[in-house]
Amino acid sequence: MSTARRVLVLGATSAIAQAVARVYAAGGARLALVARSRDHLATVADDLAVRGAEVVLQRTVDLCQLERHRRLVAEAEQALDGLDVVLVAHGVLPDQKACQDDPRRAVASWDVNFASAATLMEAAAERMAVAGHGTIGAISSVAGDRGRADNYVYGAAKAALTAYAGGLGHRLRGTGVTVVTIKPGPVDTPMIAGRKLSPRLVADVDVAGRRIHRALERGERVVYVPGKWRWIMAVIRALPVRVFERLEV
Amino acid sequence: MLRQPSVERSGRESGPESWGRYPPGVQEALPLAWADDPLPSGAPVLAYGMGRSYGDSCLNADGPVLLTRTLRRFIGFDTEAGVLRAEAGTSLGEVTELVLGRGWLPPVLPGTQFVTLGGAVANDIHGKNHHRAGCFGRHVRALGLRRSDGSVSTLHPGDPLFEATIAGLGLTGLITWVELQLERVPSGWVETEGIRFASLEEMEALDDASRDTHAHTVAWIDGLARGRSLGRGVYFRGNIAQGPATPPRRPSPRNISLEAPEFLLSPFLLRAFNALYDHLPRGRSRTSVWKFFHPLDALGSWNRLYGRRGFFQHQSVVPDMEGVRALLALTSTRGQGAFLSVLKRFGPLTSPGMLSFPRPGWTLALDVPNRGEESLAYLDEMDAVVRTYGGAMYPAKDARMSGETFRLGYPRLDAFATFIDPAFRSRFWSRVMG
Repeated sequence: MSTARRVLVLGATSAIAQAVARVYAAGGARLALVARSRDHLATVADDLAVRGAEVVLQRTVDLCQLERHRRLVAEAEQALDGLDVVLVAHGVLPDQKACQDDPRRAVASWDVNFASAATLMEAAAERMAVAGHGTIGAISSVAGDRGRADNYVYGAAKAALTAYAGGLGHRLRGTGVTVVTIKPGPVDTPMIAGRKLSPRLVADVDVAGRRIHRALERGERVVYVPGKWRWIMAVIRALPVRVFERLEV
Repeated sequence: MLRQPSVERSGRESGPESWGRYPPGVQEALPLAWADDPLPSGAPVLAYGMGRSYGDSCLNADGPVLLTRTLRRFIGFDTEAGVLRAEAGTSLGEVTELVLGRGWLPPVLPGTQFVTLGGAVANDIHGKNHHRAGCFGRHVRALGLRRSDGSVSTLHPGDPLFEATIAGLGLTGLITWVELQLERVPSGWVETEGIRFASLEEMEALDDASRDTHAHTVAWIDGLARGRSLGRGVYFRGNIAQGPATPPRRPSPRNISLEAPEFLLSPFLLRAFNALYDHLPRGRSRTSVWKFFHPLDALGSWNRLYGRRGFFQHQSVVPDMEGVRALLALTSTRGQGAFLSVLKRFGPLTSPGMLSFPRPGWTLALDVPNRGEESLAYLDEMDAVVRTYGGAMYPAKDARMSGETFRLGYPRLDAFATFIDPAFRSRFWSRVMG
């Protein structure tokens, strides 16, 4: 039997997911990729195959179709002959102002960033608990650690996702299934293009990918990417409201 | 601390820069996530990879640059035939890392691994093996090009648009992928030799003796030596070592964390820097391909040593050694100092690109710190020497040559211009042709 890692990547065309998948591919993993765009997914799949992935399966699905989640995970498990890692990486960065003006846009972003991510984790947990083995990684964000004026619509969904992943991990204690909550700071990806951020705060996507891969393989429960954000966010969370609101953060 | 960005930082306040950090200015930038992303309309655009062009050929004064570094997915790799196809934002370092373990190497490697395939095509780059392998464009089997008229085409050697796109400075459209014929190598190591020489005559004799025996040759010249020392330096030559051996690991760059303060640029210190050449490796040794081909990468963002005002590089090609002698004579009398002068003989293999820089003769590259008018006047004098000897200047390194100098060096310029995509423009092109 093959000893290759069997990894399901949801939102496989996201820049961070690609970076993590590249590390798995270089190690000869068997990958099942899910994304919305067929062409972009094929581009990513070719890349991972060239980099050394033993198997690369592709499935084009809109992950907002919650009723398909269970089957999606079950089929990936079957196709890969088991699952070691499920990475929930899909997400959008909505326009904060537009969401304030139009609640439907806010809710639509929560459907992607929270609801579909949570139900996918639950579907993965169900299969992995039966197998008694596996790691579920959820890409949340430092934005979920404290609401900020310029992205709290996004932050709220990520806060919910963080809470969900934490609770799910708690529930799965002793089952052999680990839930890893991943909280990246800003990473240099097209998602943050156009935002004025100091280059010092923006992490390289490959560095982030390697860090997340390590966290998944070690089963770290909460990982900040890069690690310095753990301390930055500890300070930010501890600030009194009146001080926090005066900061330009 | 500055790290070598694998994706150009879109958040940098002044936007992307060129390697020489000159000309200054704010550069608007838009990242491309996918090769089929819609191109912005309304203003001319230009692809920007890793910003290793020294002057203004990678910048656009009239619109945004399109950041291509996200387009770095491999498309296919035939490990038997050594044919690799990858998106145009893939760096040569990434290619080397992938293929070296399978016994292949990019056929042409420049002084830095931080060059995208698109940039390598657009500048038709060369390496230490030009006398054997010619320039990069000779090894491109096909490439993908998107034009503003909506066309997406696959171009092959022999197509006129292919010949315009090789060395086309990114002006013929957006290069989306490149298919490269790799070179079979027995190992990832190089048997190298460093030999000191006291004069250009000695150097030329060394080169004559090494051309047929060594695949890779280059000379470092002491740019400040005068009189009897004029033209002294170290000649490096090497061949890929016979295997089998464990491939070397790709080193992670150590970076210079601070901009150099102005006083570091004093002639005295540049002189000291050049005196380093006494400590350069000599004799035979075995070096990894990473160290041998990309010596400057060990220093990370070494361009910052030149401080905030940046620097120029003057890279010319002249048909014979008389021109080199005249250029070095001018350099040494002007005290403008180049801590690194590199001399290499180009071979007879022709380049496919209409605007390719490599041609038979000697190419001399030297760095010149930016001291304003004084530097510009000196560089103009250097250009005059290049023109006198019937040479040409390398657009990838240039930030200031005149339109006339450019024209004289590139006789196929008018033919090339008919292939330019009207929605693509560079600061370089506007300057020399405007």
